[in-house]
Amino acid sequence: MILRRLDPGIAVTAAVMVAVGAGAPLVVDQFQLLQLTVFASMCILALSLGVVWGYGGILCFGQSAFFGLGAYTYAVTAINLGESTLPIVLSIAVPALFAALLGYFMFYGRLSDVYLGVITLSVTLIFFNLTNSTAGDAYRIGSARLNGFNGMPSLPTFNLPGDPARLLDPTETFYLVMALLLIVYVGMHALLASHFGRVVMALRENETRCELLGYDVRLHKLLIFALGGAIAGLAGSLFANWGAFVSPNVFSLSTTSQIIIWVIVGGLGTLVGPIIGCVVMQYLATELGTQQLANTSLIFGIIFLAFVLLVPRGIVPSVGVLWARLSAARARPAARARRVA
Amino acid sequence: MDLAVVLALEILNGIATLVLISVGLAIIFGMMRVINLAHGEFLMLGGYAAIVATNHGVNIWIAMLVVSPIVVGIIGVAAERLIIRLLYGRMIDTLLATWGLSLFFIGLVTTIFGNTVAGIGSPLGGIAVGRYSISLYRLLLVGLAAAILVAIYVVLRTTRLGLLARGTMENPNMAAALGVSPPRVYAATFGLGAALTGLAGGLLAPISGVLPTVGAAYVAKAFITVISGGTAIIAGTASAAALFGTVNQLLTYLTTPVIGEAGLLAAAILLLRVLPRGITGKLFRGSL
Amino acid sequence: MTEPILQTIALSIRFGGVEAVRGVNLCLAERELRCLIGPNGAGKSTLFKLLTGQLQPTAGRILFHGADITGDHTHAIARRGIGIKTQVPNLFDGLTVREHLWLAARRTNSRARADAIADEILDRMGLGPQAGGLVGRLSHGLRQWVELGTVLAANPELILLDEPAAGMTHDEVARTAELIREINRTHALIVVEHDMQFVRMIARTVTVMHQGAVLVEDTMDRILKNSAVRDIYLGKHGGA
Repeated sequence: MILRRLDPGIAVTAAVMVAVGAGAPLVVDQFQLLQLTVFASMCILALSLGVVWGYGGILCFGQSAFFGLGAYTYAVTAINLGESTLPIVLSIAVPALFAALLGYFMFYGRLSDVYLGVITLSVTLIFFNLTNSTAGDAYRIGSARLNGFNGMPSLPTFNLPGDPARLLDPTETFYLVMALLLIVYVGMHALLASHFGRVVMALRENETRCELLGYDVRLHKLLIFALGGAIAGLAGSLFANWGAFVSPNVFSLSTTSQIIIWVIVGGLGTLVGPIIGCVVMQYLATELGTQQLANTSLIFGIIFLAFVLLVPRGIVPSVGVLWARLSAARARPAARARRVA
Repeated sequence: MDLAVVLALEILNGIATLVLISVGLAIIFGMMRVINLAHGEFLMLGGYAAIVATNHGVNIWIAMLVVSPIVVGIIGVAAERLIIRLLYGRMIDTLLATWGLSLFFIGLVTTIFGNTVAGIGSPLGGIAVGRYSISLYRLLLVGLAAAILVAIYVVLRTTRLGLLARGTMENPNMAAALGVSPPRVYAATFGLGAALTGLAGGLLAPISGVLPTVGAAYVAKAFITVISGGTAIIAGTASAAALFGTVNQLLTYLTTPVIGEAGLLAAAILLLRVLPRGITGKLFRGSL
Repeated sequence: MTEPILQTIALSIRFGGVEAVRGVNLCLAERELRCLIGPNGAGKSTLFKLLTGQLQPTAGRILFHGADITGDHTHAIARRGIGIKTQVPNLFDGLTVREHLWLAARRTNSRARADAIADEILDRMGLGPQAGGLVGRLSHGLRQWVELGTVLAANPELILLDEPAAGMTHDEVARTAELIREINRTHALIVVEHDMQFVRMIARTVTVMHQGAVLVEDTMDRILKNSAVRDIYLGKHGGA
């Protein structure tokens, strides 16, 4: 896939992340820092789908299922344990395990494209329905009441490992989230460059040829799917921590659609694309949400329609194509000059 | 005994609702492989069309059965000509574009009509069955759903229009060579799917009321039903709706509506595991 | 007689009312080169798909080195040592030529060794200039060549080639025949082809299939003189 080669370079993106991570707390105020924290958390979520869909070719319409599972796992375990370190680990492990089971169910059943999309969508909606109906005292896990559609408020926020009383302040939380974003981003690049990653990309191109070369396609899909679930779960715990709150909305159709939109807008098939798409969309949503001129949905609708007609491949690939064209154009006059001279 | 009758009617009702919200999508997705994320909004627009018409003195039946499908049908054709047409074969772009269309309609309707629930009363009364009272209107909907399925079958199977549509979907180049205009067929087919969806929206308006965001409640179920049904439009939609409607209503009766919803979704998951290409991917193959 | 590398026993597959492969008994010796010919629809490609596990037989068995591989998964059979160049090339359009070879070799070799094998094959097949190019952009002949190289890089004991010369120029056909003869020194091969000139360049034993079953198995010369064979081909390729 050509898009893969237009990824603007890990080094540049990583440098930007480090710059923002280190510099932001010095220049923005507390409120904006909190904004950036949730943006970065959502970028990790976007990356999870970017890997699973863009590189694995798995049409997951229910990525919010793992996100929500991670958020709720954090919420329940943090309330019960009174500290955050183990809950964070579990918020990665539980969705990963669930994704592995679901993946086994789907990929070993030879499910693909839209049918897979429908199943994943159904899963997240089931979670949505189930969590919505857990209002009342009877629904509790340990000492954590699930509260149904009201959601679970006043969640314990992140503390320094080993010291439950020492909570992280907003700046420290921001550093943590940015660090995690960087680790996931670089980690995914490394994974995709590895043997495993190459097989995953190959199976998206041609599953048959992959199998004919002796690679177990089902297993590879299961693994990349579980990894996507793990990363989404991590994002879930970060989100729960950010608002100290979690509600069934994490499983909703609207949430799962947003993730898909981020990836499409940013550019399917790249790693930096979902990040950029997420930041752009989140920023737009926040800005447009404050203005009164016209209905937000209306504006977004028009933006998307214009986007599809003008920038169909997504931001990153389109920028890449533009860059390539400009480079070619610059090279031509030079060549002409050489010939003349 | 009365309970059994009422329950049976609830189940039929559930099936009929699924059929109504899905059949338009079955045509658009089933025949054209277009993933129309604005499907829920077509339903919503159909509902609003019926309400606006009724509020302006149009007879409620005409509003629901004539105005709704025509209005949404026209909107559908316009959407196809202006946007969808440019994106055939590009699934991701279609996803984004139809999502944009969906937001656009929601925003437009909210701007014009505001955020509150609009409604029209149920046009028929109820009749008593033992201790229970059942809505005659819901009974009528069951009949209408069946009638719509039969009508589509008849049109696709026996009329020239239906033959042209089926042929063009299978092999547009061949159809063009025979003098048929594929773009026209696509526009008409998409318009038909939209019109049927608008009709459903109109018919469901008395039951659930209409909000600009009411589409979201339907779109997932419609897609799940259509795709689980498989490639055959009528047999697929009917069989999937029958299965899911039964599961949904039975569970709702036994527990809560939310569990009923979850049951429908779980049934879809299990079904697709057993029949990875949907019901008519394996059974009733080759039928319409 | 040493154990045959491949043996099929009454292998059949039925699709609805049609038996695409009927009771095929095939026996291939180590490092044998077998040509499989027959008119369109004879079941040659279907037979290949049965051998690779892409299709499951409805009757009969397949033995590889004496082990029963009937019903095994495609990737499991590939691991045992059966490779195939399919009729319609199965390639990774978005990957480079080099990446194809590397991926094929990497499953059973270290990174360094896989790199070396990729270089060897690029060299051997003269694909050096195209090494970094995306396969999706190559001409048909080159794509066939790349798929051949990919199969070689995985180094299976038995190589199935489904129409390796299809759509190639005269030169390319000659080179392919040369390559196949070379490969045959160390590997067993079954080659399906329609191009009789090509078949004559490489053939020893030829198996003729017709309507799913084996019609006759003999040397190329005797096959060409066989009237039954001429009949099924309607004299199309019999001349020259």
